[in-house]
Amino acid sequence: MTGPLLHVDAVSKSFRSVRALENVCLSVNPGERLALLGHNGAGKTTLFRLILGFTGLSAGKIAIDGERPGSGKARRSVAYLPENVTFPKLLTGREILKFYLRLKDCPADQVAGLLDRVGLTDAADRYVGTYSKGMRQRLGLAQALAGAPRLMLLDEPTSGLDPLSRQQFYGLVDEVAATGSSVLLSSHGLSELEARTDRVVILNRGKIVADAPLDELQAKSNAPLRIRVKTRADSIEQVSAELGGKRINGQSVELECPVPEKMARLAAISSLGSLVTDFDVTQPSLDDVYRHYSESLDGRNQK
Amino acid sequence: MTGIVPAIAMTEIRLGSRNRWVLLAAAALTLFAMVLGFIGAAPTGTVKTGALTVTVASLATLSVYLVPLMALLLSFDAIAGEVERGTIQLILASPASKPALIAGKFLGHIAILGFAIITGFGLTGGVIWLMAGGSDDGVWALARLIATSIGLGAAFLAIGYIASSLARQSGTAAALAVGIWLVAVVLYDLALFSALVADADGLFAKSVFPWLLLVNPADAFRLFNMSLLESASGVSEIATALPFPAWTGILSLAFWTVAAFFLSAQFLRKLEP
Repeated sequence: MTGPLLHVDAVSKSFRSVRALENVCLSVNPGERLALLGHNGAGKTTLFRLILGFTGLSAGKIAIDGERPGSGKARRSVAYLPENVTFPKLLTGREILKFYLRLKDCPADQVAGLLDRVGLTDAADRYVGTYSKGMRQRLGLAQALAGAPRLMLLDEPTSGLDPLSRQQFYGLVDEVAATGSSVLLSSHGLSELEARTDRVVILNRGKIVADAPLDELQAKSNAPLRIRVKTRADSIEQVSAELGGKRINGQSVELECPVPEKMARLAAISSLGSLVTDFDVTQPSLDDVYRHYSESLDGRNQK
Repeated sequence: MTGIVPAIAMTEIRLGSRNRWVLLAAAALTLFAMVLGFIGAAPTGTVKTGALTVTVASLATLSVYLVPLMALLLSFDAIAGEVERGTIQLILASPASKPALIAGKFLGHIAILGFAIITGFGLTGGVIWLMAGGSDDGVWALARLIATSIGLGAAFLAIGYIASSLARQSGTAAALAVGIWLVAVVLYDLALFSALVADADGLFAKSVFPWLLLVNPADAFRLFNMSLLESASGVSEIATALPFPAWTGILSLAFWTVAAFFLSAQFLRKLEP
C-alpha cells in the first residue's frame, strides 16, 4: 500500500439550504495521525458521517483504501468512536465489548486484553449504567481498537475526560498509530494535541482553511511569541518605557514579539541589566494559530 | 458475517431478561391463560368435548388480543429506541448491516415471545390436562395453538418494525404501535361485524367477508385455529362455509411476516444514523 488510506476528494454536503461542507479535500496516509480542528458546527462530525457512509455526498468522492464509504470492506477497515458514545445501560462492559467483537468477527479472547488496555478490568462486570462519562469513552475506545482497524475515526474523543485519562487516551492513540493504523480525530480542545498529531487540518464553516504539520502552521500564521519580563519593583516604569508592551502587574511586562525579531528583543532585554530579574518566552499556542486561521477567514467573509 | 445476527439476537434476549420483560410477558400470559382455562373448563365436565379442546378455544381468543399487543410492545422500540439513545451509530459503523440489525432483533424478540407463549399456554394446557384429561386431539390443538400464536407474534413483530423505522422516535413509535393494535385487533372486527349486520342479502357475508378475515393476520389466526377445532361450539359453521381451506390462514401470517419485514428493511435504508 503506497497511496493514502483515506482519500477525500472535493467533497461537498448540503442539508437543504445549509452547506455543511464545501469542496473539502484531504487524505490520510497509513500510520498517520491527523487532527481535524474546528468550532462546533464547522463540519467535523458531518465529515465523519460521510466517511462512515451514514449519509450520502452532495458532490465529490471519498475512498477508504479504494472502497466506497459504507461498503462491507470499508466498514471492516474503519473503527468509529462517536462524540457522545452510548451503550445499553443494562449490559456490563465485558458483555458490550464481546458483542462488538462478534460484530467485527474478532475472537472473543481479545476481550480481557482490550479491557486491560483501556483500564476497565476492575469495572468490566458492572452495568454500563453505572459508568462515568470517561469510562464509557474508554469502553468506546476499546471497541474501536478491536480487530486492528486500518483507520480510526475519533470524534472529539477527549471531551469530558479528566487530564490524566486524556494523557492515557493519547498514549493509546500513539500505540495504534505505531502499528500502522491511521487515526483521524477531531477536537476543539487544542492544547493537548500539540505533540500528538502529525498533521493538522483546520475546518471553518465547512471549508478547509489550513492543512499542514503543526510547526509549519505556526510559522505561517505569524502568531507572535509572548515574552514576559519580570522587573525589580522600583524599575517597572523604566522597563516598560524601554521595551514597550503592557504591564500586567506591579512587577511584570508582557511583550508580543514576531518570531524573526526574537533575538533582537532578547538582546534589548539583557541590555537592561539588573533592572530585569527574570523572563519567560512562550511559543505561540495552537489556540493562537487556530484563532489566526479562523479570524482571517471570517475577515474575508465580512468584506 | 455469520455471527452478527445471532450476536444481536443474544443481546436482545439478554436485555429482555435483565429488564424483566421476559418474566413479565410470561407471567401475564400464564395468568390470563390460567384464568380463562379454568373458567372455560368448569362447566364442561361430562360433555363429549374434551376439557383441553375447550381450553384451547378460549386460549385462541386470548391469543388474538394479547400476542399482537406483546409483539408490538417488543418491537416498537427496536429501531426508534436505538436511534433515540444513539446506540445505533456504533452498530452501523461496525460490519453489521441494517437488514442484519432487524433480523437479529427479530430472532431475539421471537425467542422472548416464544418463551412467554410456550410457558403460558403450555403450563395452562398441562394443568387442565392433568386435572380434567383430554384427548390426543386436544393435545394437538394445543400444540397447533402454540405454534400459530408464535406465527401471529412474528407477523406483528415485523409490523412493529415498520412503525419503529418510520417513527424514529420512541414515543411516536409507541403511539403508532398502539394504533396498529387498536385497528387490527379491535376496530377491524367491529367494522366487519357492522358490515355483516347491515348486509341484507348475504352477498357480503358469502363472498367478501371471508377474504377480509384472511387479510388481517389476527383474524386469519383465529380463523385457522377455530375452524380446526371442529367440535368446539358454533364456530365450525363459519369454518365449513369458507371459500378456501383453513390453512390459508397460516399463509396469511407468513405473508405478513415476510412482507412487513422487507418493508421495514426498506424504510430503514433511508435512515441516516
